[in-house]
Amino acid sequence: MTASALEARGLVRRFGGLVATDDVSFSVSPGARQALIGPNGAGKTTLINLLTGVLKPSEGAVLLEGRDVTVVSASKRVQLGLARTFQINQLFPDLSPVESLGLAISEREGRGWDFWRPAGKAEIVAEIEELLARFGLETVYDQPTRALPYGKQRLLEIALALACRPRVLLLDEPAAGVPEEERHDILAALAALPADVAILLIEHDMDLVFSFATRISVLVSGRLLCEGTPAEIAADERVRAVYLGEDAHG
Amino acid sequence: MNADAIRAHLRRRDRWSILEIAFWLALLVVIFAIPSRAALINEALVAGLFALSLDLILGVTGVVSLGHAAFFGVGAYTAGILANAGYDDPILGLVAAIVPAALVGFATAPLLLRGADLTRLMVTMGVALMLGELANKNAGLTGGADGLNFSVAPLFGRFSIGSIGEGPRNAALFSLAVLFLLFTIARRLAGSPFGLSLTAVRENRLRAGALGVSTSRRIIAVYTIAAAFAGVAGALLAETTQIVSLDLFDFHRSADVMLMLIIGGAGYLYGGVIGAGVFIVIRDVVSAATPEYWEFWIGAMLVVLVLFGRERLTALVGIRR
Repeated sequence: MTASALEARGLVRRFGGLVATDDVSFSVSPGARQALIGPNGAGKTTLINLLTGVLKPSEGAVLLEGRDVTVVSASKRVQLGLARTFQINQLFPDLSPVESLGLAISEREGRGWDFWRPAGKAEIVAEIEELLARFGLETVYDQPTRALPYGKQRLLEIALALACRPRVLLLDEPAAGVPEEERHDILAALAALPADVAILLIEHDMDLVFSFATRISVLVSGRLLCEGTPAEIAADERVRAVYLGEDAHG
Repeated sequence: MNADAIRAHLRRRDRWSILEIAFWLALLVVIFAIPSRAALINEALVAGLFALSLDLILGVTGVVSLGHAAFFGVGAYTAGILANAGYDDPILGLVAAIVPAALVGFATAPLLLRGADLTRLMVTMGVALMLGELANKNAGLTGGADGLNFSVAPLFGRFSIGSIGEGPRNAALFSLAVLFLLFTIARRLAGSPFGLSLTAVRENRLRAGALGVSTSRRIIAVYTIAAAFAGVAGALLAETTQIVSLDLFDFHRSADVMLMLIIGGAGYLYGGVIGAGVFIVIRDVVSAATPEYWEFWIGAMLVVLVLFGRERLTALVGIRR
């Protein structure tokens, strides 16, 4: 049996008396297209923070490709192959896409401590060029990120995570706030993500979830309510009950 | 856009522009043109190096400090104590100053990793206060409240950097050479992958961490380097004035160096050098007219710069960063 790309085992996180994550266990297979959905306040953000190492769990374990990373720091987990994007853009406003991507690639290659040779190694430049083309950022490659249209910033958000060459990629509402006319670019970029990278999509937008994921996990009040294929989830009475009144057709 | 354009963009600040070369040549010319003001020019160059060291942490990495005089003082006292003990070669003094200044930087950097900017301002201020008192207490070594008066051997055994004859001019040339050398190192560092990661820490520490940057270690590293730079600046001042006293650790030194950096503009390395020059010239010119109130004009300038923004002011006179 091959190890899961990412696995949560009995994760619990308490904030004082509040149990934000309550005994959550699930796994993401290598190359999977999985989604995690749940209403507001279901504990999605806490769960991501536990998986990426921003928060330490009160109980339970996180395994990355079979290796226990529960006590491994967030930046070290990135080096081990777990990258993420953010629901609210977390970019470098004064850096250009080229510089931002160059930074991410340099760090991945372990050149982040190189203080003497100038940036711009040939292999890194080639990879930057490839990523710019893949995410449609060629026209704004040298602009400061703060001057980019919002949709381009969203694409850079994903491109940066991909520049880490992850084995597992957590996408936190990648289409959040993107205007309708730029939405297509995001969807196309998601569809074109490398097939061997396992992806866990955290999303509100049910259209996006059902078009992208082959497996869906539903989180409610910090607990995993159910898991299944899109068809199973769509037919599940409990999921319907949770989303009743919400803007969804699950 | 192609690979060449990407590389050119990444390295756009690597090549020395004509403006930069002119800037350094102008400094050299000024020293020879007005030898009567060599002592003042020397003071500005030393302050410029001190401000450059602050720029590495404040401008490049975004870590605030109101206690940068700590490292300036440690460097100055290292050179002073050595010279006082007979080890009075100026270059030896500068090199020796690096070690204790960097060590103090390395030891205190972990205090800056948590908390907000206000915490950092207070912590750095506290460290400078403590070091000042340590120097006061260990009078046997430091001369206590009296400080130390000493003399320094001629540079390369030939060029006096004392206060007599060509001494002040030689001192200014020496300071310019040291400033240029360390500036070149800082410039190189800023254009490297390490420098890029420091900018990333400044711009968005959360995301830098999410890209695998060990942000805490980068901050400790740059703080140590900046401390070493400040230590050299302190040693340079000690050797060219041949005196050290407790005011080297004073709060006003930490505040002045931040002022200089803000006046010149943080984050592009030249700001500290330019700001130090402007600060010292204004002090000299205005204090000749109104000796007691010269800081009024520095204060006014600060308010204008911060409120209106340097970008708009520099755009107004057509200077591009």
